[in-house]
Amino acid sequence: MGEHALLVELADGTEAQALHAELLRRRATGALRVREIVPAARTVLLDGLEEPARLRAELPRWEVPPLPPREGAVLEIPVRYDGPDLADVAALWGVDVPEVARIHSAAEFRVAFCGFAPGFGYLTGLAERYEVPRRATPRTTVPRGSVALAGPYTGVYPRASPGGWQLIGSTDVVLWDHARVPAALLSPGVRVRFVAAGAPEAP
Amino acid sequence: MTDRAFCVVRPGALTTVQDLGRPGHAHLGVPRSGALDPATARLLNRLVGNGPDAAVLETTLDGCAVRPRRPVTVAVGGAPCPVTVDGRPAPWGAPLRVPAGALLDVGPVVSGVRCYVAFDGGVAVDAVLGSRSTDLLSGLGPPPLATGAVLPLGDPSGPHARVDAVPQSSPPAELVLGVTLGPRADWFTPAALRTLATRAYRVSSASNRIGLRTEGPALERALDGELPSEGMVLGAVQVPPDGRPVVFLADHPTTGGYPVVAVVREADLAAAAQAPPGTPVRFVRVGRR
Repeated sequence: MGEHALLVELADGTEAQALHAELLRRRATGALRVREIVPAARTVLLDGLEEPARLRAELPRWEVPPLPPREGAVLEIPVRYDGPDLADVAALWGVDVPEVARIHSAAEFRVAFCGFAPGFGYLTGLAERYEVPRRATPRTTVPRGSVALAGPYTGVYPRASPGGWQLIGSTDVVLWDHARVPAALLSPGVRVRFVAAGAPEAP
Repeated sequence: MTDRAFCVVRPGALTTVQDLGRPGHAHLGVPRSGALDPATARLLNRLVGNGPDAAVLETTLDGCAVRPRRPVTVAVGGAPCPVTVDGRPAPWGAPLRVPAGALLDVGPVVSGVRCYVAFDGGVAVDAVLGSRSTDLLSGLGPPPLATGAVLPLGDPSGPHARVDAVPQSSPPAELVLGVTLGPRADWFTPAALRTLATRAYRVSSASNRIGLRTEGPALERALDGELPSEGMVLGAVQVPPDGRPVVFLADHPTTGGYPVVAVVREADLAAAAQAPPGTPVRFVRVGRR
């Protein structure tokens, strides 16, 4: 991809996350020198490479270990399941409204990649049967902290912006604060669980 | 607090603070941003004795006017334009001294789009993720200049260059962009790839710091459907559903879902930033290094 970049295409999102983890490992050891490692739906972009052709030749021979299923702490995000599209999502899923909150808060998510806005993560973790389309007409403003679904992904809007995702809830957690370290709460690879606000503590 | 600062008297159509941007955060959805013509920003910084990463002003078409509170050394370059200090003509493309309280006016461009204004000490607004650049896509960094705003300047770090003039390339009458095909050239018909390489496009007035939009023949897709979001690079030639290529500039989104037919070589992007609407554009295939 251009003079300094490689776009690596994988079979699926899980393989992309596994390669992303391996690239981070190799960068940490100094074996890989690259400015940006940008995972996405089923690709990983490497930008700022001195010799993309060399890495391109080496990559097919890499042994990439499968993604470890559980690594690192789980970030809990309290959610009020009160979104305006909750009933539509319930209908798409073929369940009643309270069941949407139960299903969504029972899953464990992982930040597959970020994009769209600083701190906006694309989280995977819901079963395939819970995929939903975007809204036919995007909203001109989606409030900050909205918890939303589109395709296989869950996302949380770090700030008010236009958006076409299905809004199922809201959170007060600050997803992005450039004065904080780290600025982004959600970065690729982070494990996440959504906790229904007001729900009783698990025993 | 130092009173090295300037007051904005005329912000112009769009004047932003820019340095060399904030690369390294694309995986968090943070655009690289930075001066669209970084070589000019570096050169002007050198003229006023700054390091290469000091923040400068980037104007759009009609310049800007500012009043420094203390005497400053400045250098104006990029697109050619008239420069005055308190109404008297002053040099373009060379260091010049502006007395305290005098009005520095960077006039409308004679050709090109963007002028750069470097101040000794650099524009010293707070950095965000290591950069003072205004990012118009994500809203990071300082807002565009507004009338009456006061922007701090840093302390001068070195002597300014003793030169009379510095050659800078003129904005091109025709924008020739060298491209390497891919990564998604296979999403387009062979006829579309021939169209891209042989037909004339024009710079669209909808162009901005995010992308250089073009008008011209639409590129026909060979594959329908949606491309899952993937990482984007500077210079990516993305083709939205209307088929007209968009060349990604510094404030481009970090991921995108429209196929990238080709990537413009980095050396040609400064010229893209200086091509006003209506400029003829040709995409020319070049070999990968």
